[in-house]
Amino acid sequence: MTKTNSNLILQTHQLSVGYRTKKVETTIASNINLQLQSGQLIGLVGANGIGKSTLLRTLIKVQPSLSGKILLNNKDLNFTSNLELAKQLSIVLTEPLLSKNLSVFELIALGRHPYTNWVGNLSDKDLSVINNAIDLINISDLKDKKCYQLSDGQLQKVMIARALAQDTAIIILDEPTSHLDMYHKAYILKLLQKLTKETGKTILFSSHEIDLAIQLCDTMIVMQKGHVVYDQPCNLIKNGVFETLFPKDLIAFDNLTGSFKVSK
Amino acid sequence: MKTNYTYSFITLTVVLIFCFILNISLGSINIPFSEVISSVFSSSQNETYQIIITEFRLPKAITAILVGSGLGIAGLLMQTLFRNALAGPFVLGISSGASLGVAIVILGSSLFGGLFATVLISKWSIIIAASLGSFLVLMAVLAVSTKVRDTMAILIIGLMFGSITAAVVSVLSYFSSAEQLQQYIFWGFGSLSNLSWEELFIFTGIYSLGIILSILSIKGLNAFLLGDNYAKSLGINLLQNRFIIIFATSLIAGTITAFAGPIAFIGLAIPHLTRQIFKTSNHKVLLPAVFLFGAIIMLICDSVAQVPNNDYTLPINAITALIGAPIVIWLLVKKGKMLF
Repeated sequence: MTKTNSNLILQTHQLSVGYRTKKVETTIASNINLQLQSGQLIGLVGANGIGKSTLLRTLIKVQPSLSGKILLNNKDLNFTSNLELAKQLSIVLTEPLLSKNLSVFELIALGRHPYTNWVGNLSDKDLSVINNAIDLINISDLKDKKCYQLSDGQLQKVMIARALAQDTAIIILDEPTSHLDMYHKAYILKLLQKLTKETGKTILFSSHEIDLAIQLCDTMIVMQKGHVVYDQPCNLIKNGVFETLFPKDLIAFDNLTGSFKVSK
Repeated sequence: MKTNYTYSFITLTVVLIFCFILNISLGSINIPFSEVISSVFSSSQNETYQIIITEFRLPKAITAILVGSGLGIAGLLMQTLFRNALAGPFVLGISSGASLGVAIVILGSSLFGGLFATVLISKWSIIIAASLGSFLVLMAVLAVSTKVRDTMAILIIGLMFGSITAAVVSVLSYFSSAEQLQQYIFWGFGSLSNLSWEELFIFTGIYSLGIILSILSIKGLNAFLLGDNYAKSLGINLLQNRFIIIFATSLIAGTITAFAGPIAFIGLAIPHLTRQIFKTSNHKVLLPAVFLFGAIIMLICDSVAQVPNNDYTLPINAITALIGAPIVIWLLVKKGKMLF
């Protein structure tokens, strides 16, 4: 495997993530060393409770890291201001929107916040970026609908369009396929793949759709108790990483098909 | 996005002007309409009419506009900040703080002795007590808001402050005479009248500062619609924005309570009314719309409270709920859905 160091967008060095209260420090995962290259689709997988969300929340600076370093575009995340960060990294979270009484266009337009003036007026450039995002995701028919009129799948697309409108080099999504049916799971992940190809953005997402991620991702981060592996899906299969992902009593990984099978 | 709302705003402005003129035309003394107009714009031949209009009705109408629009906007800020449809301008304990200040002045005078009482119970002392009371509660809530990350916790803390002050007021009432209680209750009715131009000037100054801060918060308010984490990811400084929004609310609601008493309901109802009619949560539209609706409703309420050609003035606090509540109920039933 060859790595070109020139286009590393997000790196972590000996990162530990978890929660810190005044007395206790709870480490969820440690020794995380990642080198995410730009323009790639990266899937983050692992069992429930292994710390996928905690890692993502740390990467997007919602919670502080316990130790180690995060470099975004070779700059320490701790020294990046919120506004600077907003122009480099956009997010799609699992938490529900607080207000769905906005039109799809208004919601996507909120993605332009880091660039607009004090009252949030949209310039011609803002409008063209927004319309471009709407075209890329192919949701121009939803533009004037209210968010409360959308299905889960439609809303997820709109949220991705909002992140696109923020015009950042990297987009991080926390479980973008939860609540979706099989078709829409595949649709959303395929869409993410298309976006990396067409826009050159780096997209990192966490998911439980390991089969789909293996087929679509350029690289994958596999979180397991005690260690985090980062490699291309074919190498991960070759090294038998997925076989040890879950307890073996119920499901087993099939190397040939690249998917999990229920044990008979 | 803009053109959709232009006509609505023009219509509302026209309605506001109409209500304003209607409001100053009605009163305990019947003044011919032509005299009303000439009193406002030049000077009327009739000196009595002139004085009634410029010294009583005009200040009262302006107070109504300030109170209605201010409480509406303060309510909108709180509902967005706390993501709670039941929040109003007084959730932070601002009105309870003011009530406590006034209660100490009016009811506490018997406890503190006679001299204290005669010096303190004047109109200005009540205004100062209300301002001080709401200001102190506000400072406590602001201090907490910089420490506590969770917005809901701040809401609860505001409510707790409210409970404490209510309890103190109860204790004070227990030791008070009937006249003192009556005086306190009358303050609680709220009143838009009796403000001099000088008082109105101070009122407008503080009110404007609060409104300017609200306008500066529009962008942050819209980002808050997505939730704290999204707002932060858009480069919004959460603590700073929250502080400004709470400060603006306190300035507006605090001075209104100081000058006009604890006027309930408007702050809760107007934002809902506006969202239902304008069908948006975008604060760039909502803020001016709430301003207009609040002012209009308050002028109408005041016109109703002041029974025409009669000496009776009904408590404004009762009228706002009597008129406002059915409107909100009707809107919710008709649309069958609460927009938030």
